[in-house]
Amino acid sequence: MKYAYYPGCSLHSTGIEYDISSKLVAKRMGIELKEIPDWNCCGASAAHTTNHMLGLALPARNLAIAEKEGLDVLAPCAACYNRMKTTELAVKASEQTKQKIANITEMDYQGNIGVKTALEVFVKDAGLEAVKALATKTLGGMKVAAYYGCLLVRPHDVGIDDMENPMLMDDMVTALGGEAVQWPFKTECCGASLPTAKGKVGLKLVYDILSMAQSVGAEAIVTACPLCFVNLDMRQSDLNKKVSGSSFKIPIFYFTELMAIAFGEKPASAGAGKHFVNTSEILAKYNLK
Amino acid sequence: MQPINLTSAEAAGRDLVEKVQKASGVDVKACYQCGKCSAGCPVGSAMDYTPRQIMRLLQLGLVDEVLKSRSIWLCAQCETCSARCPRNLQPDKVMESLRIEAKKAGYEAEDEIATFNEKFLRSVAANGRLYEAGLIIGFNLATVQPLKDAGCAPAMLTAGKLKLFPHKIKGKDAIRRMFEKAEKAEGER
Repeated sequence: MKYAYYPGCSLHSTGIEYDISSKLVAKRMGIELKEIPDWNCCGASAAHTTNHMLGLALPARNLAIAEKEGLDVLAPCAACYNRMKTTELAVKASEQTKQKIANITEMDYQGNIGVKTALEVFVKDAGLEAVKALATKTLGGMKVAAYYGCLLVRPHDVGIDDMENPMLMDDMVTALGGEAVQWPFKTECCGASLPTAKGKVGLKLVYDILSMAQSVGAEAIVTACPLCFVNLDMRQSDLNKKVSGSSFKIPIFYFTELMAIAFGEKPASAGAGKHFVNTSEILAKYNLK
Repeated sequence: MQPINLTSAEAAGRDLVEKVQKASGVDVKACYQCGKCSAGCPVGSAMDYTPRQIMRLLQLGLVDEVLKSRSIWLCAQCETCSARCPRNLQPDKVMESLRIEAKKAGYEAEDEIATFNEKFLRSVAANGRLYEAGLIIGFNLATVQPLKDAGCAPAMLTAGKLKLFPHKIKGKDAIRRMFEKAEKAEGER
C-alpha cells in the first residue's frame, strides 16, 4: 500500500508530533508514504470563507500533483483532509467546477485519485484486528476520552464516521486495551482559530471540552486534528491562570501517538515529549515508558 | 426600533439574497425557523444574531443587518448547524457567502477575526505555505497585543514547533497567480 503523503503546514510546525507518529504507524503497518513534492497550504478555513474558488483551487494543486503520480492522498490533518475531500467531491460532481479550478491552478486535476485521512487508513481500512495484531503493549485500562471535533465527521459526505456519535477512535482505544469513556462532547467544536483570533469567545469552547472530559473521569484526551490538539494542550495553563478554580492537567494525545507507543515505539520517539501538558506521568502509570 | 416596511425591504434586499442563495446553494425560504441550528451552535451565545435569526433576516430581505452582523465572522464553520438541520439546509454555507459579501461591501464587524484571516492568506500567498510564527507575530502586532501567547514560544522552539524562517515552496509564483485569478473570479460574480 502506497499513498501520496500530505503533511500540511501544521504537521511541519505546531503539530509535529502528528507527523512523526503518523509516519511511525504507517511504517509498522507496511504503508509507504511519499510526500507530495512542493506541496502548498490547503488554505484552511481562511481561504474558503474569503474566496470560494481559492478554497477549492489551493487543495486542487496538491491533488493534481498526486494524480500525476497515480497515488491516493493521505492527509492526517482534519482541516487539510476536509478541504481536499471537499475539492475532490466538487470536481467529481461538476465538469464546470473542474474547469474553473483548472483555469485557476493551471493544472489538470481530473478526480481520478482521492484523499483519505489517517484515522480512515490506520483504523477504518486496516481494521481493529490488524491494529491489535501489531500491539506489543496494552494501554492497561487508561481512561481516554476520544475527541473528534468537527472536520473529520462533518459534513456527512466528507466525514468518515457518524456525525453525532463517531466510534473509530473509541474502538481503537478499546482495541489497544484502554477504556474509551462515554462522553457527550466528542464532536463539539474547539473553536479552531477563535482561541487565537478572538480569545474571549474561543477559550470558552476549549474550557467546556476540558471540563467535560475531567468530569467524566478521563485521564487523557485523544484527538486526530492538529488544531484541536494545540487548543486543548497549549491552552490549559492559560485557562488555569484566567479561570479561577480551574486546574487542568489533562494529557492530550494524537491517536497515532498512542498507536505507535502500543506498537512498541518509545514515547519520546513518537513525539510525546513535545507536549505542553506533561505525558510522562500517565505513561509511567500504565507502564508505557 | 423603527417600523420596517417588509414589502419594500424584501424588494430592496432581493439581489443580495439571491446572490447568497446561488453561492451557498441554500434556499433560505425553505427554513421553517425551528432553531435547531442555534441550539447546537457553539458560538451562538456570543453572536448578535443566532444562525436562525440570520436565516430569518434573509427571508425578510434585511440584508444590511446581516452584512453588518458580528455573527458571520464569529461562525467557526464547525457545520453543526448543517448536520442537524431537518430541512437539509446549510447555514454555515450561508455564513460563508455572507462573509465574502460583507467584505466586498466593506463591512468587517469583527476586526480581529478579519485581520487573522487576512494575515493567514497573505502568508500563504507569499510563501505557498502558512508560516505560523509569522502569522502569530503579525496578528499580535496588528491587533496591538504583542505579548499574546508569547509565553508559549520558548517551549515551542525547543520542541521544534516554531521555525525561525518561512519555508518558501518552489511553486510560490504559481500560488500567487492562483490568488490573483481567484480574486478576479470572485470580483466577477
